[in-house]
Amino acid sequence: MELLLILVLGLLYAGGIYMILRRSLVKLLLGIILLGNATNILIFVLGSLTKGKPPVIDADFKIFQDVYADPIPQALILTAIVISFALTAFAIVLLKRVYALVNSDDLDDLNTPEEEDI
Amino acid sequence: MLLTVLLGLILSIFLVPFGKFVKSKWSVLLTLVPGLIFVYYLFHISSVSEGSVFFQHTDWIPSLGINFDFKLDGLSLLFVLLISGVGTAIFFYALSYLKGHPFIDRFFGYLCLFMAAMMGVVLSDNILLLFVFWELTSISSFFLIGFNNDNQDSRKSALTALSITGIGGFFLLAGLILIGNVAGTFSFTELIDKRDVLINHNLYPAILGFVFLGAFTKSAQFPFHFWLPGAMKAPTPVSAYLHSATMVKAGIYLLARFFPILGGTDLWMYTLVGVGGFTMLYASIHSLFRVDLKGILAYSTISALGILTFLIGMGTKESIIAASVFVLVHALYKATLFLVTGIIDHETGTRDITVLSGLRKVLPPVFLASGLAALSSAGLPLTFGFIGKDLIYEATLHFEENWALILTILAVVTNTGLVVAGFLAGLKPFTGKLPQSFEKVHLPYKSMWIPPLILAVLGLVFGVLPGVTGNLLNHQAANAILGQETSMHLAIWHGSVNTVLILSLATLACGIFIYLSFKPSYSKLQFIEKFENLSPKHIFKGYAVDIFRFSTWYTNKLHNGYLRSYHLKIILFAEILLGYKLWISGPVSIDFSNLSTLSIYEVGVVLVLIGALFIVVTTPSRLTSVVSMSVIGYCICLIYVFYSAPDLAMTQFSIDTLSTVLFVLVLYKLPGFINFTGKAVLYRDGIVALGFGAILSLIALKVNNEPVVKEITEFYGENSYLLAKGKNVVNVILVDFRGIDTMFETVVLSIAAIGVYSLLRLRLKPTEKE
Repeated sequence: MELLLILVLGLLYAGGIYMILRRSLVKLLLGIILLGNATNILIFVLGSLTKGKPPVIDADFKIFQDVYADPIPQALILTAIVISFALTAFAIVLLKRVYALVNSDDLDDLNTPEEEDI
Repeated sequence: MLLTVLLGLILSIFLVPFGKFVKSKWSVLLTLVPGLIFVYYLFHISSVSEGSVFFQHTDWIPSLGINFDFKLDGLSLLFVLLISGVGTAIFFYALSYLKGHPFIDRFFGYLCLFMAAMMGVVLSDNILLLFVFWELTSISSFFLIGFNNDNQDSRKSALTALSITGIGGFFLLAGLILIGNVAGTFSFTELIDKRDVLINHNLYPAILGFVFLGAFTKSAQFPFHFWLPGAMKAPTPVSAYLHSATMVKAGIYLLARFFPILGGTDLWMYTLVGVGGFTMLYASIHSLFRVDLKGILAYSTISALGILTFLIGMGTKESIIAASVFVLVHALYKATLFLVTGIIDHETGTRDITVLSGLRKVLPPVFLASGLAALSSAGLPLTFGFIGKDLIYEATLHFEENWALILTILAVVTNTGLVVAGFLAGLKPFTGKLPQSFEKVHLPYKSMWIPPLILAVLGLVFGVLPGVTGNLLNHQAANAILGQETSMHLAIWHGSVNTVLILSLATLACGIFIYLSFKPSYSKLQFIEKFENLSPKHIFKGYAVDIFRFSTWYTNKLHNGYLRSYHLKIILFAEILLGYKLWISGPVSIDFSNLSTLSIYEVGVVLVLIGALFIVVTTPSRLTSVVSMSVIGYCICLIYVFYSAPDLAMTQFSIDTLSTVLFVLVLYKLPGFINFTGKAVLYRDGIVALGFGAILSLIALKVNNEPVVKEITEFYGENSYLLAKGKNVVNVILVDFRGIDTMFETVVLSIAAIGVYSLLRLRLKPTEKE
């Protein structure tokens, strides 16, 4: 399964990079989300995969009795997901505003607004 | 010693907040600074002249071998007295010269900084410490040259001076570090014992070349000399202080200091004699064609610096003695001439020698000072200049036989030029008929004409009693340069008429003859300027223009204003770097025994994910791509579920849903994607993107083979309940062990929320919309 996930994260990275090389603002944003997901999976895979053993201590015990999934990558990824949501939400709203003002989601149209003012 | 060096630095800091003080009448107190330093070192003369050497050590960065090591020997003492003595005169002079100038406080700040830096250069026993002060002199010189910063020429000259001396400083640093690496020490005192190691090392030519570049740029040797005439844009006290008496001699000091460490080889001798000899001749002839007083003085200064380089290059006892005396001779008469020029400029408003004449009638004491200096520069008997000239001829005549004649002729021609230049600058403005326009010229404040007069009279006193300065100052300075005991007897009259005396008198006679028959004029200046195209200045400027053009082109190429092109460059760079690293780290191997098993569900999920990704990348519809994005999110969510991360799955699920809703709500009215780009570009981007993905996959594979350290995990696992009373370890980490991180994360979320809210509520007036 690790191999499969490594393939997936490579593809996600490739997709993300491809998207941020485009001219459209929306695509840029989607690309960034893809890159974020790819990175999460990267951290997840490198923390070694464990099937069906969540890092939760049994109700009757005070410490683990069995093997358990590594909680550290999970804590990191959780933080990353939440922060990237903050970024995404803000970017989406910003995008809307930009569209309302410039009436385009072409990045090149945003290049030199000063010139248009003159 | 440390205190005398730091005094100027500290003072220059205080001049910023207490600048008003300099503008008040109490400003005279400022001159106490160089004055006190001068007196302090005067008291060291007696012990140093008997051969004692003072050391002071204060730790700075001992681990790197950089410390505040100061050393006072004969050579340092000579320079320190020169710096503080001439400094005192200059401080007095500048107070009147710049009286009422709005930025006089700044001026003294720079001047104090410079003085401190210069003291540091000549007192440092650590070569890296010397370098620090060396650069400080360049920087303070930059500010002083550009002091009239509303003048474009001033700014340009300051920049030229800084770039030339800065390049030299850069090479010097390289040389010093090489020396340190080869010899294993940064201390001058210890380096003297390592002479054999250094001279026989393979890197010796490189070391020597770098040190020479530093010295030549600083001391304005050909072909780096051209910054010095430009530096004359500085206020005259600065020209007198930095660009004739002290700073430009730093290069000479450096050569003298390194003489016992690196000197005495053929390479040393031929380079310095060649460069110094050419510079002194070239500048001496050039000085005759100038019509600006400062221009004449600038070129004759370059010539004098050439003589010093030349003398140190010869490296015989006679030549080193001559150099140690000539430093003092030149400083005394050249500073005087500069200060006199300043007075003339200040009072008449011109420095053009074709216009100036007859000023002796209105400025008698100035004429006295100027005349004495001119005579000293000409080497008339009974002046200090005579002694200096004597010693130079003595040195050239006693050099190796084949060369003695050529070098002597070279010295005679140069000195003849200097005689003329001295007369042109020192006598010509004062002799002849006083034009009507200058009749109202009056004497400036005493503090302006007394300093040059004192310097000029000192030149006479030393000339009459050469034995005194010889014993007190120059003897030990020469010893310090040579690194061995010398005998030195300076005298006016050697008891008989010898070759040296005849040469001296011949030089004088030739000089006077040329002075009387040759009149500088604009036509001659124009004639010599025709050769400007061949001059190093022109060539350097050409390079500067080319570099500028290249950097403009380069900047435009890299910063073209398209975000995607920046992305492309950054990613390509990362790919090359990571790819190279992967390549040299050897092949990737896969250890199948460590892998977890596959089930049909997982393969299914991954296939769906890849399909959705493909749709996101290729679809022309915005809505489709957003929906596919959410499919990807849910697939990842399922992967988290399979592999024991329920918290992640929960979070990913809710966040993904929210994002999709937001996307759809906000973007529903946007048009579909337009395909702007051609096929070729799409392929290019596809290859770049796939390359990046492949590299990261390979890295992941490689890392996956490494053993995992579980120490921290075990700590959390064992203590999650015992210390934090929580059974879900991920949650405990987030809210307890790393609680503060999570708190700040919440802050970030709140900021984003406020941003979203305010952007949504923002209603622009119609006028602001466009």
